[in-house]
Amino acid sequence: MRLDASSPTGPLADKWTRHRFDMKLVNPANKRKHHVIVVGSGLAGGAGAASLAELGYAVSVFCYQDSPRRAHSIAAQGGINAAKNYTNDGDSVFRLFYDTIKGGDFRAREANVYRLAELSVRIIDQCVAQGVPFAREYGGTLANRSFGGALVSRTFYARGQTGQQLLLGAYQALMRQVGLGQVKLYPRHEMLELVVIDGRARGIVTRDMVTGELETHLADAVVLATGGYGNVFYLATYAKGCNATAIWRAYKKGAAFANPCYTQIHPTCIPVHGDYQSKLTLMSESLRNDGRIWVPKQKNDSRPPDQIPEDERDYYLERKYPTYGNLAPRDIASRAAKQVCDDGRGVGPGGLGVYLDFKDAIARLGAPKIGEKYGNLFEMYERITDEDPYKVPMRIYPATHYTMGGLWVDYNLMSTIPGLHVAGEANFSDHGANRLGASALMQGLADGYFILPYTVGHYIASNKLEKVDASHPEARAALAAAEERTKRLLGIRGRRTVTQFHRELGKLMWEHCGMARNKSGLEAVLRKIPALREEFWKDVNVPGSAAELNQALEMAGRVADFLELGELMCLDALEREESCGGHFREEHQTPDGEAVRDDARFCHVAAWEWKGEGQKPERHVEPLVFENVPLQTRSYK
Amino acid sequence: MNLTLHVWRQKGAAAQGRFATYEAKNVSPDMSFLEMLDVVNEELTKKGEDPIAFDHDCREGICGTCSIVVNGRPHGPRSRTTACQLHMRSFADGETLVIEPWRASAFPVVKDLVVDRSAFDAIIAAGGFVSVGTGSAPDGNAIPVPKQNADKAMDAAACIGCGACVAACPNASAMLFTGAKVSQLALLPQGQPERLLRVRRMVAVMDSLGFGGCTNHGECESACPKGIPLDVIARLNRDYVKASLLGPEEREGGDGAG
Repeated sequence: MRLDASSPTGPLADKWTRHRFDMKLVNPANKRKHHVIVVGSGLAGGAGAASLAELGYAVSVFCYQDSPRRAHSIAAQGGINAAKNYTNDGDSVFRLFYDTIKGGDFRAREANVYRLAELSVRIIDQCVAQGVPFAREYGGTLANRSFGGALVSRTFYARGQTGQQLLLGAYQALMRQVGLGQVKLYPRHEMLELVVIDGRARGIVTRDMVTGELETHLADAVVLATGGYGNVFYLATYAKGCNATAIWRAYKKGAAFANPCYTQIHPTCIPVHGDYQSKLTLMSESLRNDGRIWVPKQKNDSRPPDQIPEDERDYYLERKYPTYGNLAPRDIASRAAKQVCDDGRGVGPGGLGVYLDFKDAIARLGAPKIGEKYGNLFEMYERITDEDPYKVPMRIYPATHYTMGGLWVDYNLMSTIPGLHVAGEANFSDHGANRLGASALMQGLADGYFILPYTVGHYIASNKLEKVDASHPEARAALAAAEERTKRLLGIRGRRTVTQFHRELGKLMWEHCGMARNKSGLEAVLRKIPALREEFWKDVNVPGSAAELNQALEMAGRVADFLELGELMCLDALEREESCGGHFREEHQTPDGEAVRDDARFCHVAAWEWKGEGQKPERHVEPLVFENVPLQTRSYK
Repeated sequence: MNLTLHVWRQKGAAAQGRFATYEAKNVSPDMSFLEMLDVVNEELTKKGEDPIAFDHDCREGICGTCSIVVNGRPHGPRSRTTACQLHMRSFADGETLVIEPWRASAFPVVKDLVVDRSAFDAIIAAGGFVSVGTGSAPDGNAIPVPKQNADKAMDAAACIGCGACVAACPNASAMLFTGAKVSQLALLPQGQPERLLRVRRMVAVMDSLGFGGCTNHGECESACPKGIPLDVIARLNRDYVKASLLGPEEREGGDGAG
């Protein structure tokens, strides 16, 4: 397998402009003859499908939700970064590029990240034009706020519902194209297989989740924008339906999977409170603008927070990272929370929590001002915990939130399977080993609005794509494989539910491949996961039939894939013998617990190639070269 | 706590539905309503029975997927709260709960508590957008928006498209949903060129899909988990009347801000 990033040559700032000229164009009159499949309708998929349809391509959009408007991008709270420098505080495209490279701990591709920063400004323009109701200043201009890992204020927001508003903007653009007949929509359809013909991605096999019917859909190019795989941990801030099946099926058809061990554990989530719990809820990072994070200085301090005097509190982020303070990047803030809790100073049930306190901000700005900024988040917190954050500090703890790993893509967002493009969180992304806050929305929309429309066209114009139909042996084989798998899952009728297996996998992953990892733990879990997987296929109970709405069957298929993907994550974590960003190997840290990279051995992307059932996948390497931001130790002190 | 549940079970769109009774035992007050259903479903699965199908996804009150009527109220008893954010502490030990799907002819039942809300997508496809292609936007700050208009537009835009408004309305009207999108775009300068055309098109499709008319009961506003105010219906009506009084040419000319 060859990993050719195809990054354009020439100066960094000119690469994208030059590449756009170099890419081939499809005759406008011929675009309608080309069919593009887009799987996933979040920011990347929705924006990409709408933009491709606007160009004239015939587009089909598939999503498992009942409407494309419900993709999980909708839950992003805090904001979207853009190098507009509207606040006159020293921002620039280069600074956003620099912050993202550094925030990602020097494990992302320079050319891609620069393009992302460059496109960020156009995203805001596009969304404003669509009628996205961003927060405004009294003069009518756009408002900004600060986010972790940056010293400039470049985050645009719509209260605590930025993801919702951006997604609805993309969704409305998409629905406009549906109304015009340019896009055909397939809601409640789940992709189960990728169809590869003559080495090219030519279609997908889907299951109609209402009737159970398996269908083959063929096209000239396929885009996967199916999100991340954080639900491998069972408890995560993802929607319950988020899954890795599409990218995993593609991996098993030859798409390399890059950096699977890079997962983001978000520092500010509501702590776990019971065994029945089905998900974790994020409290936006924007809260760290005004909230101060602390724990008692004394171990096992059971006093209520208001009875702990100021000098007995440890504002540990402000103490350890005076420059960035409470706005330290996510990986660092999460690890710091883990350290104080491991030290016996955590608060709340089980000692797995830290305070996020708004007392000072409320005293300084008044409760109404705080309510205007964070009201909906405070309400959400109160509903879940029955505690009022205006009166008592929030209790928070880190939780799985995002995956930086994903299918490997080149500069054109194309995977190692020609014709298979991967966008948004589903690709291995521009975030390196750690994503900065408010950058996921930026990347999803950059991929969708401004990259795919060019690169998918370039692929179509550069390749002679023979007509294919569903009777092709490869298409039939993919359909048969999906059918066989469904039958197998329904035929086991074992004793344990899908959720039981999922929970067990999640616990193993969280314990050994979560915020901190080490060799012996990873080796142990690499023995346990295959055993759990074997048990799953012997003893899982999937009730009902294939020919109906069957939510247990849907979950079973997804968990079966997580049981394989989890193993690859652990393998990747084991072989990456360094700490970088969200990947923290306990063997590689400074005496005061900071991550230690090993640039001599690991300044590269690790991309895994599927070698068949029961075979060890092969690890390939794409070296990373830093010409514009010199490699350095990341410091937020 | 222990609860008795009467749950609507229906095999498919064409099948006859009925209530089935289940006991939910040892429910923690800290569980969400959907987590309580998860526990019931785990038990049903272990007993070899068909689990209750219900729609859900983000479980944090923003995707709008969950759609359950509890004791006659869409999303249950707590105001401004989706079913997924409703916690069992809102109920008393020993209570009996009647759990049903959204009931509206425009939202046919798919299975058990799952309904088909694609009619909402059709309303948006009819005009719930600004026709601006990717790439053609001016600089973000070239379109100033008074803060109070932006805030009001955001209030309307907060709609999650769950359909509780339709489920709560005695006429199964979709006026709150449609009015929310019409209002958001009518309050912004970007929405002006298509303002009157938009309202006509969206209302025409809404009417064609089997939603009833609005007779000012206000049930929609009280059921809305996002607190979308009835004002959006008033704004829709004003714009609709205006659009209807104008000839086609003037209509397509849009309108000024307001």
